[in-house]
Amino acid sequence: MPPSLGHAGSSSSSSLVHLLSPLPLSTSYSLPLLSPTLSPSSLLLSPPPISYYLLQHYVQTPYIISVWLLLASLAKILFHLSQRFTTVVPESCMLILLGLVLGGVVLLAHEKQLYQLEPGLFFLFLLPTIVGDAGYFMPSRLFFDNLGAITLYAVVGTLWNAFCTAFCLYGVKLLGVIDEKVDAGLMDFLLFGALISAVDPVAVIAVFEEVHVNDTLFIIVFGESLLNDAVTVVLYKVYMSFVEVGPANVGTAECMKGLVSFLVVSLGGTLVGLVFAVILSFTTRFTKKVRIIEPLFVFLLVYLAYLTAELCSLSAILSMTFCGIGANKYVEANISQKSRTTVKYTMKTLASIAETIIFIFLGISAMDKTKWAWDTGLVACTLVFILLFRAMGVIGQTWVLNRFRLVPLDRIDQVVMSYGGLRGAVAFALVVLLDGEKVKAKDYFVATTIVVVFFTVMFQGLTIKPLVKWLKVPRSTNRKPTINEEIHERAFDHILTAVEDIAGLQGYHHWRDKWEQFDKKYLSKLLLRKSVYQKSELWEAYQKINMRDAISVIDQGGNVLTSRLSLPSMASRSSFPEVTNVTNYLRENGSGVCLDLQVIDNVPGARVEEDSETHHFLTGNLYKPRRRYQSHYSRHFMPAGEQERQEREVFQRNMRSRMENFKTSRHKRHKKDRSQKKVFLLYLRLGSQGVGVEGNYLPKSTALEACDSPSMASPTCGERFLPWKVGAGSLPPCVSVEATKVIPVDLQQAWNQSISSLESISSPLNLNPNPRVTALSPSSVIPNPNLRFMALPPPTLNPNSNLRVVALPPPALNPNPRFSVLSRLAGQRPVSSPPCSFSQSEKEQQKEEEEALSEQQQEEQPLMSVRPPAPPLSSTPGERRRNPCVYLRSLVTVPPAGNTETHSRGPTQL
Amino acid sequence: MGSRASTLLREEEIEEIKKETGFSHSQITRLYSRFSSLDKGENGTLSREDFQRIPELAINPLGDRIINAFFPESEDQVNFRGFMRTLAHFRPIEDNEKNKDHTASEPLNSRTNKLLFAFRLYDLDRDDKISRDELLQVLRMMVGVNISDEQLGSIADRTIQEADQNGDSSISFNEFIKVLEKVDVEQKMSIRFLH
Repeated sequence: MPPSLGHAGSSSSSSLVHLLSPLPLSTSYSLPLLSPTLSPSSLLLSPPPISYYLLQHYVQTPYIISVWLLLASLAKILFHLSQRFTTVVPESCMLILLGLVLGGVVLLAHEKQLYQLEPGLFFLFLLPTIVGDAGYFMPSRLFFDNLGAITLYAVVGTLWNAFCTAFCLYGVKLLGVIDEKVDAGLMDFLLFGALISAVDPVAVIAVFEEVHVNDTLFIIVFGESLLNDAVTVVLYKVYMSFVEVGPANVGTAECMKGLVSFLVVSLGGTLVGLVFAVILSFTTRFTKKVRIIEPLFVFLLVYLAYLTAELCSLSAILSMTFCGIGANKYVEANISQKSRTTVKYTMKTLASIAETIIFIFLGISAMDKTKWAWDTGLVACTLVFILLFRAMGVIGQTWVLNRFRLVPLDRIDQVVMSYGGLRGAVAFALVVLLDGEKVKAKDYFVATTIVVVFFTVMFQGLTIKPLVKWLKVPRSTNRKPTINEEIHERAFDHILTAVEDIAGLQGYHHWRDKWEQFDKKYLSKLLLRKSVYQKSELWEAYQKINMRDAISVIDQGGNVLTSRLSLPSMASRSSFPEVTNVTNYLRENGSGVCLDLQVIDNVPGARVEEDSETHHFLTGNLYKPRRRYQSHYSRHFMPAGEQERQEREVFQRNMRSRMENFKTSRHKRHKKDRSQKKVFLLYLRLGSQGVGVEGNYLPKSTALEACDSPSMASPTCGERFLPWKVGAGSLPPCVSVEATKVIPVDLQQAWNQSISSLESISSPLNLNPNPRVTALSPSSVIPNPNLRFMALPPPTLNPNSNLRVVALPPPALNPNPRFSVLSRLAGQRPVSSPPCSFSQSEKEQQKEEEEALSEQQQEEQPLMSVRPPAPPLSSTPGERRRNPCVYLRSLVTVPPAGNTETHSRGPTQL
Repeated sequence: MGSRASTLLREEEIEEIKKETGFSHSQITRLYSRFSSLDKGENGTLSREDFQRIPELAINPLGDRIINAFFPESEDQVNFRGFMRTLAHFRPIEDNEKNKDHTASEPLNSRTNKLLFAFRLYDLDRDDKISRDELLQVLRMMVGVNISDEQLGSIADRTIQEADQNGDSSISFNEFIKVLEKVDVEQKMSIRFLH
């Protein structure tokens, strides 16, 4: 079998140009610059300089590609303008229709179809983006849970479809139903059967992701569409070689060769994929210093897996799928959160646009009468056979499978699976690749394939949704596991493994457990960063859930614990990292989110039109959107990386300090649990405000800036738009009534805790915290009127008014008094005379600054020390740096509005 | 009820077990041979040591808890009937069982019973509540040494907080059911016993 028959083996390098070079410009005369047929003679005849043309020509191909991409994207926008429409009609249908229209226009203008879905372009660029996305984000547990079923359907099912369709078509041909013009023998039909029988991943993804059937059903159809590639490739190649040598020369030897090559292609493809998965995972172990290109490794190596397999004429789709599945776990653990997001959205964007292009071009390609040769008998028979044999195959295989499956696939599942056997662009690209010289009936096959593809994608795609509804197929709920589910399901796994062991069964759980042991002992050790390897999976899951909650807190306007919605829209992604640390605080303080719920309940968060307002409100309040670090640009440096570390650091430190508190008060814990929670609410409030400030301020802000920052002094968007922020008697979102009510119960301890927690944020790791503890010990803080104010709201006083004052200094506030307060709070450290307790800390910090270059150390270092050293406060704007301690104190003691006391208050607490 | 010291299972005993657990005849005989091979003392009962001799169970983090689940309270022997009763929890729910009216006593492999089995693994003191300490113990077993106490504590807090509805800082069985109501327990707590 000549390997050159690989399905991307055509002149792929030039296919891009092939596809796009002819322009649909009917008046090439008026626009000679863009004419693709620039011959030297025409250059000689036309007066402008040659370079002018060359330049234009040079731009042409990418220009056209970009315009096509833009067109496709715009088309997507258009379809989604009407929400009702898109729920009924799948996008793929609309895209094909659009393609048909565009193709029709071109055809009318040119009398010749200029555009085609070129197999080379399709197999080299469009398909890998979709398969890469599918493989990388494949739910691996689900996939392997159903691997047996998937493989059976992919191999046996596809073979069954291919042979039955081919033989029946041949039989029908002999009976004379198919016209005599169709010059095809058994081999041709076998070839056609092979390419038409495979369920297409592109079509399945496009249709099924809108249908939301339950996970098992989806993974079986989807997995089948990916894994059947090996079968298709082998059958296609084998028959191609048969067609070439002539049917007479085909013997058992050739058939055996076919069988062997199936094993080689499928297992080899899988192996290549896994090898690349290992390489990819291993590479991401060392990308810490090159975070910015971290995502690139993922794309490159996954794509290389595809190309390598293609090069060796192995199954490229299998290779890419398994590379994605295999690497996902380790890569996701190794790369940073930002890279994870980048990978995710880049992949999704690419896959989505590739899918759009494929469907549009399918439509356009259909409008090419030169390639068509219609035979009603062939088309009708093919359609009937495809549907029939798919259904029969599914029913037969399911019957076998159900004898082994824990959860049998019932009738309804079988109907959906039969009906979901969509054919798509792969079949089309393969049929276009056929050699018209050898396969005489190519044109008939092309027409039939187009009809089949359109029928399955459009008709079945359109009707599968109502069908699923009508059959009441269990739908998937687009929800993520809660922490309880994470934990308990892990426990379930252990239980099942143990029970299998006790019952003496070497079942699935037994082997899964064996694999996990192996993974833990060797693979993870090799492929995971040390720091990640040390972490527990459960902890990772926990953090992931925290992150997710963080996003939904922001997006939903609060009630995270009661409603778990799917991941938020992309729009809010910009605020993702800043938000995280806020919610870490919320989380970390126990009932933090409940508190939020209580406060922000006023927001009808679910409603779409208010979402953005809520978002603005929260971003305005939870962190301060001053981003000085954005002003400087660097390709190799992402300041947010520091922030991430800081977030982690803050999170862990607070966790630690909180645990210390728990430990010290362990004997009282049970009694005080409730009150402590409440107490934390207050701290939380301070904290959440503070963290917000810190998240954005830390890098380069100064005390001065903090004071006149818009978020503190002027109302934010949310303040302007949200009713309770405007209303005089309403509750400020930053402090809840409940919190203030309960705080007096445990005041002293509350202060100890909140102060020490704040302290732990600010204090560098090796620093003796004592000086600062004395500086901010509860007793010494009490003199500060503001603090007492917040901590001990007199019962007679209306808490609302006080608290609002605390939380929201009116815009008219003169920044200076606060600045003076800050500097005083910071241990009276003007330029000239820093107190000794702080000079020590500063020295310490300076030292740490110098060492900060080492990445490892930065991780070890406390939150603040990664910033540039804090020079003495000066009025030079360029040198505005602030000591974190100063800054943190400002959090504790945000002065009430216009409180003149702040001026007179001496630094007694120091 | 015991099949004391008898290496052969009597027919009526099989019938009884069949009725109680829903296992098929061949499954019962198959499991009986497994039971006998575990029963080193050959006295018709299994002790904790018999279970602990299973090598895979030794590395199962929840192994001890699961072994305990086989033993009724304050007993350290389990006969074949009890053995089967425990295993019956993990029998998949079959189609014909789903539609059965609930007038009869609930089968051992019902969703509630599966969940109860898992719940009991946590609930060490059998007060029908998973306290923070109990949860921490299980978590500690499951995560190994790489995770610090603080981290584990925060996970436990979060877990309880999420599940806790009546504010007693522990998870009752009803709360446990509630928090897992979206999970396909029927599938995730079932194994395929060979026919």
